[in-house]
Amino acid sequence: MITNEQEYRAGVRDGIPIALGYFAVSFTFGMMAVTGGLKIFQAVLTSVTNVTSAGQFAALTIIFGDGSYLEVILTTLIINLRYSLMSFAVSQKIDDKGHSIHRYLVAFGMTDEIFGISINHRDRINPFYNYGAMSVAIPGWCLGTLLGAVLGNVLPAMVISALSVAIYGMFMAIIIPPAEKNKALYVVILVSMLLSAAFTYLPLLKQLTGGFVIIIITVGVAAVAAVIQPVPDPEQEDS
Amino acid sequence: MHNVYIYILAAALVTYLIRALPLVLWRKEITSPFVKSFLYYVPYACLAAMTFPAMITATESIISGLVGFLVAAFLAFRKKSLVVVALWACVAVFIVERALTMM
Repeated sequence: MITNEQEYRAGVRDGIPIALGYFAVSFTFGMMAVTGGLKIFQAVLTSVTNVTSAGQFAALTIIFGDGSYLEVILTTLIINLRYSLMSFAVSQKIDDKGHSIHRYLVAFGMTDEIFGISINHRDRINPFYNYGAMSVAIPGWCLGTLLGAVLGNVLPAMVISALSVAIYGMFMAIIIPPAEKNKALYVVILVSMLLSAAFTYLPLLKQLTGGFVIIIITVGVAAVAAVIQPVPDPEQEDS
Repeated sequence: MHNVYIYILAAALVTYLIRALPLVLWRKEITSPFVKSFLYYVPYACLAAMTFPAMITATESIISGLVGFLVAAFLAFRKKSLVVVALWACVAVFIVERALTMM
């Protein structure tokens, strides 16, 4: 029997590399926020309440452009809509022990990376595993923002540039290893990347905003893959 | 001039609702093999699309970004841990950018 405490510890252990990756990314965020005119407190408040990379960067652009509140709401909605797909997936696997509070808490920390590790950890998700990962990853996110806001202009541009790929390296370490067991994943990964490049560079296609592109590719590729290569389910072999 | 705090809290509220509603409202077990397979593929398609080509344009030059991408891909194939892959991608970008400025 695995206790909640053991799961919490496992979450902390797996959350440490995520926290390091977040630190690098949120450092850049804090730096950009303050350079653009936000107060240090406002930069950190954004990270504490939002806990999302792409969404926060997009919000910054709108704040600096003095856009409308509706624009912030719509952009955040589109860029972050992928989280609803992840929450939906977790909703199927979470063991909330009969208490809804676990669902509300796990939802707050539903980032790409925490989703990635929790969905791969065990068949059923123990919320305490997520709490463990959240308890190191979220402070890493906020601390990075604070330090970036305070001493962003001290670091040379070259170091900042190098740090900016950390989050993507992490993404690749999450998605590539499982593909060894299921080769269809290689195809899914490759096609998604090529489509994403097409939406970035081809005329007409590139007029769509980043958040839309991610949703279209995610839904399109995952749906086609599900039709062509359904995942074998050991629990129900009725047909 | 708009109020910065309203921007921040509006973004936070929208983000939280997106994350919480499916978890709180949808509790039934899904039996459809299609939906199950779809949800299985979602993170791979999503993270792959977010990584490329964003990774190669995040750096000061596309060349350093591309090298960082290849290094990360190679190490991920070798099943290195999250932090090892991320760290060496950063190191690769740094080295290439230093080399580029010397040329």
